[in-house]
Amino acid sequence: MTAPTAPATPSTPSAPADPRISTRRNTELALIFAAMVIVLAYSAAVEDALIGRVTARFWLIPALLTLVFVAAHIIVRMLTPYADPAILPCVALLNGLGVAFLRRLDLGEVDTANRAHYGAFAGLGFRQLLWTLVSIVVAAVALAIVRDHRVLSRYAYTLGFVGLVLMMIPAVLPSSLSSINGAKLWIKFGGFFQIQPGEFAKLLLLSFFAYYLVRKREVLSLASRRFLGIDFPRGRDLGPVLVVWVLSLLVLIFEKDLGTALLYFGMFVVTLYIATERVSWLIIGLLLFIGGAFLANELGATVGGPFANFHERVEIWLHPFSDATGAGYQLVQSLLGLGTGGLFGAGPGAGQPGNVPFVNNDFIFAGIGEESGLFGLTALLVVYLIITVRGLRAAIAVRDSFGKLMAGGLAFTLGLQVFVIVGGVTKLIPLTGQTTPFLSAGGSSLMANWLLIGLLLRISDASRRPVNSSPMPPGQPQRLAGMTTEIIR
Amino acid sequence: MNAPLRRVGVVALVLFGLLFLNLNWVQAYKANAYRTDPHNSRTQLTEYQRQRGQIAVSGGQVIVAQSVATGDELKFQRAYPLGAEYAPFVGYKPVSGLATGVEQAENDFLSGNAPELFADRIKEMFGNKSTGGNILLTIDKKVQDQAYNDVVHNRSGAKNAAAVVLDPSTGAVLGLASTPSYNPTPLVSHDTKTADNAYEQLNADPDKPLLNKATQETFSPGSTMKVIDSAAALATGQYTPQTVIPAGASYTPIPGGTFTMHNAEASTCPDPNITLIQALTVSCNTAFAQLGVKLGSAQIKSMAQAFGFEDDGLSLGRDGHGSGLGVVASHTGDMTDANGQDDPNYVAQSSIGQLNVRMTPMEGALIAATVANDGKQMRPYLVDKAQAPDLTSAYTASPKVLRTPINNQVAGDLQQMMESVVQSGTGTRAKIDGFQVGGKTGTAQNAADDGDHGWFIGFVMKDNRPIAAVAVFLEHAGTGGSGEAARIAGDLMKTVISEKGIK
Repeated sequence: MTAPTAPATPSTPSAPADPRISTRRNTELALIFAAMVIVLAYSAAVEDALIGRVTARFWLIPALLTLVFVAAHIIVRMLTPYADPAILPCVALLNGLGVAFLRRLDLGEVDTANRAHYGAFAGLGFRQLLWTLVSIVVAAVALAIVRDHRVLSRYAYTLGFVGLVLMMIPAVLPSSLSSINGAKLWIKFGGFFQIQPGEFAKLLLLSFFAYYLVRKREVLSLASRRFLGIDFPRGRDLGPVLVVWVLSLLVLIFEKDLGTALLYFGMFVVTLYIATERVSWLIIGLLLFIGGAFLANELGATVGGPFANFHERVEIWLHPFSDATGAGYQLVQSLLGLGTGGLFGAGPGAGQPGNVPFVNNDFIFAGIGEESGLFGLTALLVVYLIITVRGLRAAIAVRDSFGKLMAGGLAFTLGLQVFVIVGGVTKLIPLTGQTTPFLSAGGSSLMANWLLIGLLLRISDASRRPVNSSPMPPGQPQRLAGMTTEIIR
Repeated sequence: MNAPLRRVGVVALVLFGLLFLNLNWVQAYKANAYRTDPHNSRTQLTEYQRQRGQIAVSGGQVIVAQSVATGDELKFQRAYPLGAEYAPFVGYKPVSGLATGVEQAENDFLSGNAPELFADRIKEMFGNKSTGGNILLTIDKKVQDQAYNDVVHNRSGAKNAAAVVLDPSTGAVLGLASTPSYNPTPLVSHDTKTADNAYEQLNADPDKPLLNKATQETFSPGSTMKVIDSAAALATGQYTPQTVIPAGASYTPIPGGTFTMHNAEASTCPDPNITLIQALTVSCNTAFAQLGVKLGSAQIKSMAQAFGFEDDGLSLGRDGHGSGLGVVASHTGDMTDANGQDDPNYVAQSSIGQLNVRMTPMEGALIAATVANDGKQMRPYLVDKAQAPDLTSAYTASPKVLRTPINNQVAGDLQQMMESVVQSGTGTRAKIDGFQVGGKTGTAQNAADDGDHGWFIGFVMKDNRPIAAVAVFLEHAGTGGSGEAARIAGDLMKTVISEKGIK
């Protein structure tokens, strides 16, 4: 790569003079409305299937969602006016469909006769709507505070430390305060409220990774030995990746969660690769992970103990139908639901998603798949892919290394999380307790993912902003920008 | 850093591509398998929206399975008014899991999803409430009652027993009893726990109540095997019923060997020679053992096979198809030594239905029916008619010759020999005045202390026209078991005679 020397390197084509054309905010607004029309149609179809008619109030939730997302749009207009116009509508569509599907689950729980009178402001669906509102407010506050993403690199060590602590808390806490369904990923406050600190930790850790790698990438990429035509790093430079590997394995062992481990490790390896441009890191990372997973599985089969849970999950993955009414029940029901849905699905509201345990959470993709079919799920995957690719485009377009790593890592992490959970639910990989971004019920996940989107919008804004209209307060940028050059050769 | 970022984009594309391909596998390629998987209660919930058809016997007059409306989410409850008596072949249709018996074999028709009922589905789309199709069985209620009561209350005290009654000229199953049976009601409970518990309990029962003993289990046939031996001998053309064959009080297949066989009683056939007909009449073990060894295992096996042994594809369902009503194969087993040559000890024992020979009661009834029907074995069937909800017929069974193991001449000789058994031999308890009754008893030895199995296979004819063929099996019945089996068989034949109104 060409080592960027200054943030001012014009890597985007020169921006048009008129900002009203370049921001494309009206496109964003139109796309949000289009997304909300889909949610509205979906809600109507759900009521028709579950109640037998469309009630007079079916538009209430979609209308509230529209208000919330238009508010988000206005915030974007004010705080990140040059951000990519495709990201927010895609997120709005996913989040809106998630709320509508959760409301559909609420209706399904109620007796047929009482469904027509089921309040609009009740149940999981409305709760999720409130969480959406709170998440957007939090993301907006974050955007208002972080006016330039490079500010984050100044607090990298603090953020990294906090991230580490957040990640470790559930592992250290007793199971009664941290374990839900076998995965120790939570901090429970009493019986009614819990947060998943790992969702936030990944953002904080990524900030640290990005900062660390920007500083170290010359060393990591230049000092190497060539083997089989691939440049391999020196032994002592393997340190950081090994530390993260061990950390991930510890997560796997103590939090009993392959998904989170895979997520942290994948996030680190990919940012390492982006920073150093060395394919060898990807190979080393992949081998380490496969080796680690294999080892954990073998240990689980022989030694048991902390590895037993992982081994059991692998067994369920390999032979879900061998204990279809016991251990394999979730996955079997998920597959049966998806299969019953087939190509076109049963139609919104016409399936039996209630048969799949945790369909409001980890298994939401299976529930939606039963009713929307292969075509519906493919559409959802494409929406996720658009967000990921747009995020990577922001990374390519942004001028500073920290921003590139940050945006690349954020975008890839989002895609990877979708892969981990959807792959688990559809039996591509062993099932792990991850949420489906923006769809699953749950405040932590929603808020963390909105923060992620906020950061992406911030970086995207920086990447598309005309060079002459810098948002940086005077005095700050030059010192930060200079950091890429303090490399020890 | 832009080049690796682009490659990361490619990686993301690959990951999503994998998800997409896997979704195609799950939702397109495997969709049908998952949709119809027994663990999938979704299709069942839909199934319960429509009233499932009835299963009836005695020409549709007696209902043995029906669906009753409930107020629940599952709108209909399956009910079996006659319970355990019919359960072994009617089966049951649980909320989740596989149906069995007729409920399984005719599931599509009963549920209304069969292609024949397509017109009803179209009508349903225009708001006509519709039900599944109805199935009529060949069973005659009086015959069935008699068969079930007789095997349940057999005087030998056998816990496990079965009886089969066939119409030899058509193959229609008139009665099919198996005990111990089970109560299907808890198995079809809408409460999953009740249903699961009931199943677990029945499945763990060592007497296997969930298996139909007449069609799904095989047992040593004992002396009933001698009918096959006789058929094999007569079919060679070198034997007639009057042919004199070696007998004796004992027989040592390998001269000087350690294995020697005897007859049931010392008085059975002590003379060194006996006619074939007399050998069958008194059930002479030594005569049939020697006959078997002389004919060779190949002859015995091929005649057994011609009568339906080794056939694992037989079903009592529509046109001989339909899982749920399958009949397991009867076997003659191995009779050769390590070099592949006939082992006289093995052939001798197999010829009297011991060693590795195993037979279903259904196969026993088929042998008798074939003899009575002049050598033509009719395909046995249980499903008589399938009726659409508007009572138009979608299927009517047509009798079909399944195989012809023996010709007219041999069949006539066998009729004569088997009638002699009932007239003056071991099967006199099956006698019916004014009718030609033929049969063969069987007493099968098995593991040391358990009592012998009692068998009777036989037929009743009038004016050389077959009326019924019967097989009765009493497991571990002990002494007198075959006599009790013959008595039950006679009772069943009488019931068929009165049901058919033959004077």
